[in-house]
Amino acid sequence: MDTNRSYTVWFIVLFAGLVLLFLLNVSLGSVKIPLEDVLSALSGNGASKSSWEYIITDYRLPKALTAILAGGGLAVSGLLMQTLFRNPLAGPFVLGLSSGASLGVALLILGAGAFGGFLGSLLLSQWSLVIASALGSFLVLLAVLAVTLRVKDSMAILIIGLMFGSVTAAVVAVLSYFSTAEKLQQYIFWSFGSLGNQSWSGILILALCCILGIIIAFASCKSLNALLLGENYAKSMGLRIKRTTLLIILATSILAGGITAFAGPIAFVGLAVPHLTRQLFTTSNHFVLLPAVLLSGAILMLICDTVAQLPMSEETLPINAITSLIGAPVVIWLLVRKRKLLF
Amino acid sequence: MATEGKHSAIAVSGLEIGYFRKKKKIPIVSGIDFSLNSGKLITLVGANGIGKSTLLRTLSGMQPKLDGKILIGEKDLSDYSSLERATQLSVVLTEAPASGNLTVRELISLGRQPYTNSFGVLSEKDKEIIQNALEITETAVLENRKCFELSDGQMQRVVIARALAQDTPMIILDEPTTHLDLYHRAYILKLLKKLTSEEGKTVLFSTHEIDLGIQLADVMIVMSEDEIYVDEPCKLIEQGRFNSLFPEDTIHFDTNTGRFTIKN
Repeated sequence: MDTNRSYTVWFIVLFAGLVLLFLLNVSLGSVKIPLEDVLSALSGNGASKSSWEYIITDYRLPKALTAILAGGGLAVSGLLMQTLFRNPLAGPFVLGLSSGASLGVALLILGAGAFGGFLGSLLLSQWSLVIASALGSFLVLLAVLAVTLRVKDSMAILIIGLMFGSVTAAVVAVLSYFSTAEKLQQYIFWSFGSLGNQSWSGILILALCCILGIIIAFASCKSLNALLLGENYAKSMGLRIKRTTLLIILATSILAGGITAFAGPIAFVGLAVPHLTRQLFTTSNHFVLLPAVLLSGAILMLICDTVAQLPMSEETLPINAITSLIGAPVVIWLLVRKRKLLF
Repeated sequence: MATEGKHSAIAVSGLEIGYFRKKKKIPIVSGIDFSLNSGKLITLVGANGIGKSTLLRTLSGMQPKLDGKILIGEKDLSDYSSLERATQLSVVLTEAPASGNLTVRELISLGRQPYTNSFGVLSEKDKEIIQNALEITETAVLENRKCFELSDGQMQRVVIARALAQDTPMIILDEPTTHLDLYHRAYILKLLKKLTSEEGKTVLFSTHEIDLGIQLADVMIVMSEDEIYVDEPCKLIEQGRFNSLFPEDTIHFDTNTGRFTIKN
């Protein structure tokens, strides 16, 4: 049982890494706060300056938690998609969920001009962004589910996701053409993604989405393993394909939809993390892979966020750009090294 | 071991196979009747596109039948729940398993899925059956190899081992000998023969190796344009059933040697 021991070792390493990165992430920022103050603020004993305590508990801690939830959740939804579609390039983005969210937000921000003045500004509170993107991804989800029930071929679902992406891009292009520079900037800032500025109630909802999605994912592990052989083999082993497909798509949608609603579109985490984790654990067994992907996703997101806040500076880089800058080379490196992406 | 094969393993009557398109039936073959006893090696032969794969998919419950009755054991196939069916029938498909990242042992262990709990935990009995499947198919030496590293011949043994691990009285294989060289073709067929004689399984497989099929099969199902013949190979030869399988002007069946020859 040598493999079991190496799994345990890697799990311990990943968990320790997560804790360390979490502390590092909370300690770093534009204001320099000593580590003991960070720790005492986190443990609820307050810091030596009240402003420090405020920064830690109301800004950095929510941001770090959002990073952990978003990273873990997106990575898990990527793993689910790769197995469901038996395609190493699948991820939450390909289902069109993020496109749906973008479309909702684009209609809200860029279309709000049409309502004018008072109504327009009323529509643009933070919560309305969340609602619009959740609504957008939910509608795409309904469409995808409807297609899943009709079409047997899982590739068709993939293509439909891509088509939703194109339609979104087109609608956004049309809307941008007619909207003001101000509105356009606002939309583009949303599309950069952001882990910060979350209220505690927002984080609670995000956490509920993530926990629900992850529970469904864990409950589907056995079916996911059967799907590694392909739909027909899975069916011959007693798996009810439609029910399984529905559950997996539901879990992905809750995860990706919820996360995009709160943190904006975040690329590459869902695609790259499952591949990286397979390198570490050299298995496709979902009972091992799923918790590992969850931890690795959270770790990668914390790293990206730590890089994005540019330690010692006041500026914060857009998180979506950082995940792409880190994620894309990783995928290329894996392809070049392995010559083949396995799933 | 149980090799008597007294009871019926599979029986079909008035079976019509084909596809549904826009809720309309598109039949490929109709009026199929046969009854096969358990513990036999059954070979299904016929020209390309005659409906061999469709028949096998229908018999294994992956594709709905258009009409007629299929009995597996004593029970109608459509009365089985998907999980019950998985304990009666296992399959070896022409398509390769989708993921190449599983080890041989992991892939074979998946065959135990109909019996394991929702966490897929293998019991001692499960492990014994897996070990047995590894040994019969001589894949034990490969157990820690990844599937993408295997040759076609090795992979075929592994997917047969997976079907064995599923521990069903009947195994259905769709062209298990394609892409294999002569040695591996003979090896796989001998392995299938062993499964019937030593493990008491009923094995039904389609193949283009009619010569090899004639030598090994207990029963052959010959699908030709106008009719389906089911009998022992030597009787089928006597009745001249193989002559009509392919156009006579290119291929001729020699009743003395039991082989096909190309006409010049």
